[in-house]
Amino acid sequence: MATGHAEHHHGPATGFTRWLYTTNHKDIGSMYLWFSFAMFLLGGVFALVIRAELFQPGLQFVDPNFFNQMTTMHGLVMVFGAVMPAFVGLANWMIPMMIGAPDMALPRMNNWSFWILPFAFTMLASTLFMEGGAPNFGWTFYAPLSTTYAPASVTFFIFAVHIMGASSIMGSINIIATIQNLRAPGMTYMKMPLFVWTWLITAYLLIAVMPVLAGVVTMMLFDIHFGTSFFSAAGGGDPVLFQHVFWFFGHPEVYIMILPAFGVVSEIIPTFSRKKLFGYDSMVYATSSIAFLSFIVWAHHMFTTGMPLAGELFFMYATMLIAVPTGVKVFNWITTMFRGSISFETPMLFAIAFVVLFTCGGFTGLMLAIAPADFQYHDTYFVVAHFHYVLVPGAVFSIMAAAYYWLPKWTGNMYDETLGKVHFWLSFVGINVLFFPQHFLGLSGMPRRIPDYALQFADFNMISSVGAFLFGFSQLLFMFIVLKTVMGGKKATAQVWEGAEGLEWTLPSPAPYHTFSTPPTVK
Amino acid sequence: MATPTKPSNVNGVDQPYYVPDQSKFPALASLGMGLMVFGLGSMLNDMKADVSSTVSSMMAVLGFAVLGTVLFNWFATQIRENHEGLPGPQLKRSYVLGMYWFIFSEVMFFAAFFGSLYYVRNFSVPWLAGEGDKGVSNMLWEGFQGSWPVISNPNPTLFTNPNESMAWRGFGEALHYLPLWNTILLLSSSVTVHIAHTALKSGNRKQLIGWLGATVLLGIVFLFLQVEEYAEAYSELGLTLNSGIYGSTFFLLTGFHGFHVTLGAFMLGVMWFRALRGHFKPEDHFGFEAASWYWHFVDVVWVGLFCFVYLL
Repeated sequence: MATGHAEHHHGPATGFTRWLYTTNHKDIGSMYLWFSFAMFLLGGVFALVIRAELFQPGLQFVDPNFFNQMTTMHGLVMVFGAVMPAFVGLANWMIPMMIGAPDMALPRMNNWSFWILPFAFTMLASTLFMEGGAPNFGWTFYAPLSTTYAPASVTFFIFAVHIMGASSIMGSINIIATIQNLRAPGMTYMKMPLFVWTWLITAYLLIAVMPVLAGVVTMMLFDIHFGTSFFSAAGGGDPVLFQHVFWFFGHPEVYIMILPAFGVVSEIIPTFSRKKLFGYDSMVYATSSIAFLSFIVWAHHMFTTGMPLAGELFFMYATMLIAVPTGVKVFNWITTMFRGSISFETPMLFAIAFVVLFTCGGFTGLMLAIAPADFQYHDTYFVVAHFHYVLVPGAVFSIMAAAYYWLPKWTGNMYDETLGKVHFWLSFVGINVLFFPQHFLGLSGMPRRIPDYALQFADFNMISSVGAFLFGFSQLLFMFIVLKTVMGGKKATAQVWEGAEGLEWTLPSPAPYHTFSTPPTVK
Repeated sequence: MATPTKPSNVNGVDQPYYVPDQSKFPALASLGMGLMVFGLGSMLNDMKADVSSTVSSMMAVLGFAVLGTVLFNWFATQIRENHEGLPGPQLKRSYVLGMYWFIFSEVMFFAAFFGSLYYVRNFSVPWLAGEGDKGVSNMLWEGFQGSWPVISNPNPTLFTNPNESMAWRGFGEALHYLPLWNTILLLSSSVTVHIAHTALKSGNRKQLIGWLGATVLLGIVFLFLQVEEYAEAYSELGLTLNSGIYGSTFFLLTGFHGFHVTLGAFMLGVMWFRALRGHFKPEDHFGFEAASWYWHFVDVVWVGLFCFVYLL
């Protein structure tokens, strides 16, 4: 425990207590990233159960109730267990090194934020083995499916959400305090790397909306166990109220999962284009605008739930406005590459795929934003295709790009470039085979979250499932590449990438256990 | 970048940022938290299924005890480190920022409940009563009257109607109206804690202890009156958690506020003991400040509650 004097260990402790008791941002970052990868595999297994069932029409492997549990758990585990912790892990590793700070602002609380997660997800996963089964009401847990008609395990789901929310809030407070307070002398806000900027705004969004999520699950808890009627019209409440409060959390949540990805890509593209990022200031303003807009568009998830016409119109136009700052970003990335001297290492491949495929996902988002058209697309596979395009080749690809980009800095070893490219192409092909046909399925009317479908959807579903297994199993290659790099390989230089700029590249590779105990001066 | 040879210069003060050594607190606190919520969840499910909840409630209590013990020691360590002068001014700014953002998260927590109240009062209840574009939902319970407070529920067999609400009863009844007294109590407690703070800054410990003690007492009296009000609601007004949307919003908002008052009073109580022990210096008393900010925050929430839950 704390020894009470200011002695500093210069290397890590040994044994598993190094990880259990650590206060080091790099250790905690690594734990977040490994935890996230474990959850990615778990959520991936759930997804493969879904795609195996949908390989052919009819019921093959699982009963419909279990299928619903799989869609629910897949969504929850991927959103809260895989994507969010991965970005927090990257923030932990990179933000102190990028702004010249000795560590995160509140190192002990940092470790608390992490260690809550294994407890939360163990509890959530344990519901699969409970009587009545795991939550089966979809990751959006709409009332009354999640209240009146929910399995008993919903109570554990609620508490799991509570504590993972506490973890997120503490993590975000830490990140904001670090960025506000621990920047090296001379690093003004407008000199911060874009990854730091996007995380500053993400952390703000998290602190603003995670409590709202806690509020909505608390109301569910009271409806289920204490006889209140928030979401029951028989008592004067309204199930639609659930959707409003949930999506007030849920829409900013979507940007929580994509803004740090924008930051990662804004680091990688300039490096491999050997040019400065085009339009740094506009990137910052665009990110802030997206964050602001994220608070006033939530009801576009509810066009078919029913709301007054004025509401439909307001939320439709506000949603379309988001295309403007997002467009600014895409144009900036492309302009950064324009006339650059580009090389195509694995991180760059993932980053370029991100720009192209995320833009596809953005365009389908625009289609969905059109209220009258959404009446047709709502709750079809088109929606599934849309948000998987922004989340998988969007968020997940950016995380993989970040892993390849910074692995040499973390481990001191270069990853195997050939294997990295093989992993990229397998993932790239897999993802498109998996999700592209789902657009057609949705447009022709296949509903989401149903284990069986009409015969005319059979071919596209089969193709999609093949892509799913290709993408899923390719990730084992990713694990292999990362492990191989951790164990050894060609030594990396401090600079690692010829065109890379920023404080993290002034540190040796691997970065020493403690860095920037004395802040550098930024000119 | 080499390891530091001399301390850095931050805002004119020579010191490196204090990064604590390894600590068992975070992992143990997570264990306590995990046990507590798993126990609570099992307990609620057991109670609903009408089976014995002894084991699950023991687990919840154990988890709570672990969490509480860890937090106590964690704060104690933090205080000891401060006495040893380990945190420099920069770290103290991190604490201040941490507390600001924590209070902001609490604001958003209450915002979810206030927002729900707003939605229910202005949209869903009138719609249920047949108003506006969505008034078709009136066909569910024909004849439902959408006035606030909702005294007769759409389906009174599922959700029992209260006899009366907690709304303002006019100036004639003002002296017997507990929420008004509670407002006076909390607002004056904000003043007393501010006087205590001023006394602390001018180094007057006696006054600090007196005014801080008065603040905690006011908080405790508030809680007593709140319990009294709840007892009256349950026994005389028939207003319960099961009274439909009015009871739901009333108890959730005032209940969570009361819970936060309890927490705030506890924090101030701890600060009172620390003041007795002479922990605070006129220029260094972040613990006190954090607790007093929190206290002002629960006061502001109460003003919102008094306006939107009771008066309007």
